Parts: sequence; structure tokens; C-alpha cells
Amino acid sequence: MAYDLALILFLAPAIAAIASLILRQPRIAEYLTVAAAVIDLVVSIPMLVSVLRNGPVIALHGYVLIDMLGTWVMICIAIVYALSSIYAVGYMRLLDEEPRLPLFYALFSGFAFTMFAACVMNNAGVFWIAIELTTLISTFLVGFEREAESTEAAWKYIVVVSSGISLALLGTVLFYWGGSFVLGPTYAMTWAALHQSAAQVYTPLLTVSFLLVLVGYGTKAGLAPMHTWLPDAHSESPAPVSAMLSGALLNASMLGIARFLAVVGGTRTSRFAHSAVVSFGIFSFVLAALFIVRQTDVKRLMAYSSVEHIGVQALGLGFGGVLGVAGTLYHMLNHSLNKSLMFFGSGNAMRAYGTKDISRIRSVLRTFPASGTLWLLGAVGIAGAPPFALFLSEFTILRAGMSGRYRWAAILFVVFLIVVFIGFLSHFRSMYFDQTAEPGEKLSGLAWRALPMWLAFAPILILGLWWPQHLWSVFARISSNLVGVAQ
Amino acid sequence: MFLAHVNSLEASIFSSLAILSLLLAFVMLGSHWLRNYVYAFAAESWLIAALSAAVGYFGGYRELYAIAILTALFRGLVLPWLLVRIISHLNVKREMHAVLQPSSSLVVGALLVMFAFVIANYMNHETATAGHVVVLALTIMISLKLLGFLMLSVRNEAISQILGLLVLENGIFLGSQILVPGMPMLIEIVILFDLLIIVACFGMLVRYLVVHAGTTSSRELQRLVG
Repeated sequence: MAYDLALILFLAPAIAAIASLILRQPRIAEYLTVAAAVIDLVVSIPMLVSVLRNGPVIALHGYVLIDMLGTWVMICIAIVYALSSIYAVGYMRLLDEEPRLPLFYALFSGFAFTMFAACVMNNAGVFWIAIELTTLISTFLVGFEREAESTEAAWKYIVVVSSGISLALLGTVLFYWGGSFVLGPTYAMTWAALHQSAAQVYTPLLTVSFLLVLVGYGTKAGLAPMHTWLPDAHSESPAPVSAMLSGALLNASMLGIARFLAVVGGTRTSRFAHSAVVSFGIFSFVLAALFIVRQTDVKRLMAYSSVEHIGVQALGLGFGGVLGVAGTLYHMLNHSLNKSLMFFGSGNAMRAYGTKDISRIRSVLRTFPASGTLWLLGAVGIAGAPPFALFLSEFTILRAGMSGRYRWAAILFVVFLIVVFIGFLSHFRSMYFDQTAEPGEKLSGLAWRALPMWLAFAPILILGLWWPQHLWSVFARISSNLVGVAQ
Repeated sequence: MFLAHVNSLEASIFSSLAILSLLLAFVMLGSHWLRNYVYAFAAESWLIAALSAAVGYFGGYRELYAIAILTALFRGLVLPWLLVRIISHLNVKREMHAVLQPSSSLVVGALLVMFAFVIANYMNHETATAGHVVVLALTIMISLKLLGFLMLSVRNEAISQILGLLVLENGIFLGSQILVPGMPMLIEIVILFDLLIIVACFGMLVRYLVVHAGTTSSRELQRLVG
């Protein structure tokens, strides 16, 4: 059941991508992409239900594993894919790139496809390849506008991320080598096999391997200090792509960190591994908070907010326990929704005012009465205020931190949450309530661009008021799996 | 582990091939001329292919012969050819404004190799001959990594950065031939193809850089900061 649903989930974007390339019709390409994305979203949820009922599925000679954690990340990716492909219809028409639109949508669906693929990989080596492929495809999405800035961003993105991720490959090879002492020279590099052997691997070797993997996938996830590509790539790509990079890709890379954390769980490296993840998390959070305060560019503001939230997710994973893992997984979903909303809003503002400069975006409410309100509420949400969903997940992660060994990190987390709140919202105050410049121009196709904002906003509000009991039990099971693998 | 039964002849063959490829990385570090980088890289790839074949022969891993041929073909011929093509297309012959002079980057490179040795020694718990080969392989694996990062950070030309990346990958490939010759072939082949795609992507991006950013030197890519 889950396997059949997964087939549909992979076929839809593949067909959309190929058809866009063959037919070369911008209109057909955009509707096909939306259809594929909606199908994926619809299919991904019963997939989770089926995995919950019947347990994980292993297929294709053990190379594919459809488990709860992977499926959860796939749902988050599918949500962002659906929202941003709807937004792309309205946004990409403004760019005056009509003949290249089919190519854009083909790459867009291809990008989603590779991210989905990463989630079901059962083999650490093939997982690495899938993550590498996401980089190669998204590079061309980042550089799609072909201006000097976006080309520069694409170049920095591919150089920094490819070199960073090669560390993860080195770490993976070392993991395999460590395992070969226990399992013999040739074995399948599945997560379960790596975990099974990990306890008997020489501890310094395991520690170095884990660090390499953490830095490698941390680069891709945008953990500071390896985040340097992120503000450039997220700010220079077209808005729907920014949303995909931030809401979906970061989750896929965090999945790698979570999987390897589970691999070393229960070994003597485990404690060190958790401390390392917490350290990267808190460093990213603090650094992003400081950059948020002094930001002058609206899309870079959102990009640093991504660094901040990936830091929060790393903190949750590092704190561990049911609360930490549940908080992280809930945060993934909420961040995917909320950050998509934020990038959509900034895309609208950027097009209407013709600038990304915060000081030249003024009186947003006069230009966008409805979607502007959503953007403002989204900003309140992403800064971590109730009643929005991110508040609940951050609160859970905070509780996980306060009860464990990392109280110092939890305290720093609270302090800098306040910094983020003030910094982020003061930018929004000036954009909304300073009356200096004239309002932006009204552009066509706003319906396409406002619809996904509504679709993103409603769940943020609902999930912030009500954390469904079912979701909680899903998280508890995933977390016991992660820890259970660990014991 | 296959190295546990290695005899001294095999050990010395593996070691010398590995050390030679490290030396070639220093040749790349010590030169200003882009073409020299490419030739050194090609030679290094041939050495790695020879190493694969040697490990395959002595260790009885038949599939490594195929890997050796593919390595020689892709990394030894196709990639260098692609790179030479990009270089002649670009009209840049040498690194103009490297942050470090070749002589000082050689010194820094030597320090990095020492650092790599310290880490490698820390990770190893084998003794006797196997221990020697393991530490050597790990050292070279990590040094190539660090030297690749050094090249990435002190060189500005787009081509040098691509080559820096390829050196990073060469390190892994070399180390994995010695340490984990039994790694499933599928993965190694996919990684080889993956490299090819990477270089193709880089090639396209370099053209964009010339057309849209007007430069291939990362010194001048300074629009996005903060």
C-alpha cells in the first residue's frame, strides 16, 4: 500500500517534469506542476497512515525504506511543493521569461523529485547521491533569473555546498569502513546495518565519522558557520524557489543528520554527537538572530530566519527525548508552512515595489490589504509568538532543553528568541506603519499569489491553537523508533 | 577487513601509489598555470585507477577492474578534456590574484598534511603492517580533503575551484579503494557519474558567470554580503 502510494508520489513530478520539457507550453507546464504537486500532497498523507498501520516498507533490494520519519519529511516537502507551485503560477508570469518557463517548471518538479527520493533512501551512500542531486538541480533554479547577483549566488551555492557535502561522503565511507570490521568487507550500507555495527566500532573512528557527516549535511542544512551560501541562494532565487529551498530542502538535509544521530545512538559517541548537534544549533540560532537585527534586505531577512529555524530544529534533535524529537518534527511542519508564507509575501512586496530594500518598502497594507495582513501575521508567527504554530513547537523544544543536560543552550535560546522577536518585527513595523514612500504598484495575478498564502496561514493558526493528539502519538512513535534504534 | 592480511609487497605498492597522488596534489598547489592543474589531476586519476586495479588484483575483488577502467576513462580522460575545453573557452591561462603565493601555499599544505596525520593516527587501532597502510591511507584521504579546501579558499579562478572540488573527491575515492574495496560497486559507479554531472553543471555555470557577472574570478563576486 505505502509502496504503491510512493510510486504515484514519484511518478507525478517525474511526468510533470518530462511533459513540461517535451510540450514546451508555459501554461500547460504550470498547470501540470500544480496538479503533480497537489497529487503528491494528497498521496503523502495516506502514505503516513499506511506506514503507521502496517509498519515500514523495504523495497527494491533494500535500497528503499519507507518509514515514519521519512514519510513525515515527505509530507512537509509535499506541502511546500504544492504551495509554491501554486504561487509560481502567479509569480513567474511577472518575470517576463515566458519561453524559459517550461524549463523552470521541469527543474522545479525535478527538484521536488530528488528531495522525495532522499527521504526514502535506505542506503547511506545513495542518500548522499540524492542530496547531491538536489544541489545540482536547484543550482539552476537559484540562477534562473540570470542576473549578475543570481549567477553569483548560484556559483557560491554549488561550490560551498558541493565541497561541504563531500565531507559527508568521506564520513559515510568511514562509517562503512568501521562497519566492515564487524559485518565483513561487503555489506549493504543500510541505516540498520550501520547502526547494528556502530556499537562495536572503535570510538574515535566513529566520532570523527559522525563529525564529518554532521558538518557535511549541516552545510546543506544551513547550520552556521557553514551557512554562508544560504542567504545568497535564498535571496537571489525566484520566490517560489526560495520557499522550496527553505521549507523543503532544509528538512531533507536535517533528515540526514537525524538518521546518522540514530545510527550512533546508544554508542559511546552518542553523547558527544548530541552535544555537537546542540552546539551547531545554538551557534546558528545566535548568529542568525544577530544578522536578523541588522538586515536591510527583505529576502535576506527571511533567509537568516531560515538559519535561525534550522538552528532550532538542530537544538531539538540534539536535546533528544520524546519532547525534543516531537518538537523538531512539529517545527519542521510549521516552519515549512510559515516560511513559505513569508517568502510568498516578500516575493509580492519585491515585485510591487521593485526592490528588496526594506527601507524602500513602505505602507504595505495600502498595496496589499488582504495578503499584506497575512504576511504581517505570518511575521508574528515566525518570530515565535502565540497563537501560531511555531510557538508551540519552540515551546516543546525549550521544555526538552530545560529538563536535560543542555540547560545552558536552552537559556541562550530563550534570550535570543527575544532578540529575534524584536529584530524581526521592527523591520515589519517600519514596512507597515512608516509613512514615507509611495505605495507599490498593483500587479496582475494576485489571486494566484494570495491563495497559497491563505492555504499556508490557516494551518499555522489551527496547529497553533490545537496540537492534534494523533500527531503527538506519531511523533512519540518516531521518537521511540529513533531512540529504539539506539538501544 | 581486507588490509588485515596484506603482505609487505602489497603494502608498499598501495603506499607508493597513494603517496604519489598526494605529491601530485602538491604539484597542483605549487603551480600558477591552470593547464598544469588539469594535467596533475589527470595523472592523479590514473594513479587512482592503478590503485584500484592493484587492490582488485591482490584482494581478489574482480569488480574493481571495472572501477579502474571507468576511473581512468572518466576521471583520467573525459573530465580533463572537459576542463581543458572550459579553459580554452575562457581565455584565462593562469591564476592571477591567488591569496597565497605558490610557495607559501606549499608550506601551509605541508602543515595540513601533518594535521591530517594526527587525525588519522587518532582514528586507527590497527597494528603492524596493516596499521601502516591504514594510517597512510587515512592521512592521504584527509590531506587531499584539506588540500582541496586550501585550493578552494586561496584560489579565485572558477577553474581552480572546480579542480579543488575534484581533489576533494579524489581523496575520498583513493581512500575508499584501500579501506573499503568491498563497497558495493553500484555506489562507486553512481558517484563516478555524479562527478561527471557536477563538472557539466559547473561548465554551464562558468559560461553564465562570464556572460552575466562578467568575471570568472571569485574575488570580483562581491555583490552579496551580510
